[in-house]
Amino acid sequence: MIAFWVLGAIVVASAVWTIAAKKPVYSVVALLVNFATLAVLYVTLSAEFLAVMQIIVYSGAILVLFVFVIALLSSGVAPFSAGPNRMPNAAAPAIIIVLTALGFLAYAAMHAPAVAPGSVHTTSAIGPVGAAGIFGSVADFGKALFTVQLLPFEITALILMVAVIGVVALAGDQRPYVPTRKHALEVERDVREAILRGGE
Amino acid sequence: MQSSTIKKNLYNVGAILKGLSITFGYMFRKRPTIQYPSVKKQHAPRFHGLHELRRYGDGQERCIGCELCSSACPANAITVIGAENAPGDRVSPGERHAARYEIDELRCIFCGMCEEACPTDAIVLTPRFEMADYRRGSFIYDKDRLLVPIDAGVGAAPDERPGGIPGDLGRVADIKSTTDVAEGYSATWRGEILKTQRRGLASQ
Amino acid sequence: MMVPLWLIVLVKSAVLLLVVVTTFAYAMLAERKVLGWMQLRPGPNRVGPWGLMQPAADAAKLMLKEDLTPKTADPLIYRLAPFISLLTAFSVYAIIPFGSSSSGTWAIGNVNAGILLILAITSIGVYGISLGGWASGSKYPLLGSVRATAQMISYELAMSLSFIGVLILAGTTSLDGIVNAQVRWWFFVPQFFGCIIYIITAVAETNRTPFDLVEAETELVAGFHTEYSGLRFGLFFIAEYVNMLTVSCIATLLFFGGWNAPLGLTLIPGVVWFVAKVAMFMFFYMWLRATLPRLRYDRLMAFGWKVLLPLATLNLVVTAIVVAFRG
Repeated sequence: MIAFWVLGAIVVASAVWTIAAKKPVYSVVALLVNFATLAVLYVTLSAEFLAVMQIIVYSGAILVLFVFVIALLSSGVAPFSAGPNRMPNAAAPAIIIVLTALGFLAYAAMHAPAVAPGSVHTTSAIGPVGAAGIFGSVADFGKALFTVQLLPFEITALILMVAVIGVVALAGDQRPYVPTRKHALEVERDVREAILRGGE
Repeated sequence: MQSSTIKKNLYNVGAILKGLSITFGYMFRKRPTIQYPSVKKQHAPRFHGLHELRRYGDGQERCIGCELCSSACPANAITVIGAENAPGDRVSPGERHAARYEIDELRCIFCGMCEEACPTDAIVLTPRFEMADYRRGSFIYDKDRLLVPIDAGVGAAPDERPGGIPGDLGRVADIKSTTDVAEGYSATWRGEILKTQRRGLASQ
Repeated sequence: MMVPLWLIVLVKSAVLLLVVVTTFAYAMLAERKVLGWMQLRPGPNRVGPWGLMQPAADAAKLMLKEDLTPKTADPLIYRLAPFISLLTAFSVYAIIPFGSSSSGTWAIGNVNAGILLILAITSIGVYGISLGGWASGSKYPLLGSVRATAQMISYELAMSLSFIGVLILAGTTSLDGIVNAQVRWWFFVPQFFGCIIYIITAVAETNRTPFDLVEAETELVAGFHTEYSGLRFGLFFIAEYVNMLTVSCIATLLFFGGWNAPLGLTLIPGVVWFVAKVAMFMFFYMWLRATLPRLRYDRLMAFGWKVLLPLATLNLVVTAIVVAFRG
């Protein structure tokens, strides 16, 4: 329970830091902390496969691309420029949405079936965690994905495939630069002509 | 994939394996390394190293202060100032001797021209080569440091001494330094001499 | 009297940390020695007998050196990055078993999704390099870190796919279970291509020659750690070698039977076999470094995406079909 509150505090704090940070890179680091802590939270809930996937997919792949973009656009150094204050317009809808969500959550919590004390698998660093047959284990996850949830799973795969093909179609038509003998000769010829023209 | 591409790629894999086998084989070869400070290489008998000023058998200096070495030196590293021998206290058997004799080892290219030019075989190159030091001034060797001590095989050239040349001649830095650390070395002194000499030539 | 669990974990972690750091120190020395021998040099031999005190001398040197932070650097991230690298490199050892778990003494934690967790932790290791390179605020580290990020993400895919063949054969993701499934046949035999693909991608993941474009001296000075000096450089250095050790451990666990003894030589304890196999892999990486030149960057990417990834997928599909038909 203490672990939950500590982790929860870290998750919320890092989430706040993500939006509040002046430099984009700090946002990325905060988001990394957020994802990692969230994964630990999943582990404490015995959802180890979800935890691992959270780290591999979000921290290991998607967030790295954020870093990549920030590094390449070199906007990471300069702080965000402060635009017009949008708080007055955004505050009311945001508060309403948050309150509604909290209301749903409270309703769900009140009506959820009580969890039997023995069924929650306590975790420790020693001993198997989330063995087969327990909610959240790798085996159960795989079984669910390929039996009950097969249709949504395949549809997701298809959507991702479409996205990949779309990216290739949009960005992949330029031929990559491959230095060849022919190219080198062309460059050499251009240089020679430039020199003959008077070396500009 | 075409069969030629496959063949080429298989060939490349073979090339990597071959490279790995070569490097593995090299692990067991004899290494030519000489463990330098603890093991020293035997030099060629006429290795060109640090200079030495020789003496005759009776302890008199061979150098007669003729400055031929200085004029033969392509790097302009040698400075000699000659002086008359006093009748009662002869330094060398001839009429004159070297009052000051200095070699700037940082300029020296160890070509051995001074050795060839010397009419009395006074200046010779020894196989000593470990001359490293911390101050530039210490590389200007004066007569005190260049002259052979009287007890060290006088009268014979380094490569003719009994027992030949030992591999380890001792670190040159251990030989006493000309430079007084407190005073420092007047690096301009040599320049002054050259200047006055030039001025003398111009006035003639 | 029962010893409390947390105390056992703490002591185990401390011992393991010590072992891993010592192994790093001597792996570094061994690498310099092996490289020396392969280049007809004796390697470091001045400090202590056969140079055995060299790691201590190196550590003292790195600690005494000035720790510079460039003016253009982002101070917080610049200081954080080496620790991210080191932390992820070390934390993997919490779940790597070094011997059979039947006695429960040779691993800190036996996690059911062990191999996936290792993948997850190592995938965070990229941040140390990419953030460190970016935060240095100069061009060579930036280029190095961009390369590192692209390279590590690309090869991680092929690497994960090469794992899955093993997972299908073993039917479990726990490292202990995978090793126990290799009592008869090491997976090196049925997963030959998977093993080759893993070894290649592991070299790329640890940024070592011939895939060390991240620190390509000829064009990027030292890549992402150009600006780092003193202890912070040392941390990156430790992380690199510990990662090398990690991939060697994984290769041993997944493809070479872990602590299973070959040829029925069960007289020698399993841990010794494990260490011997890991040492063999470490030697292999040093051997590669002494042999192969660095790849050109576009060839590296083409190799990863157009050769390794399809091959790994093919390997996975064939394994799945064979396992499905044999029951």
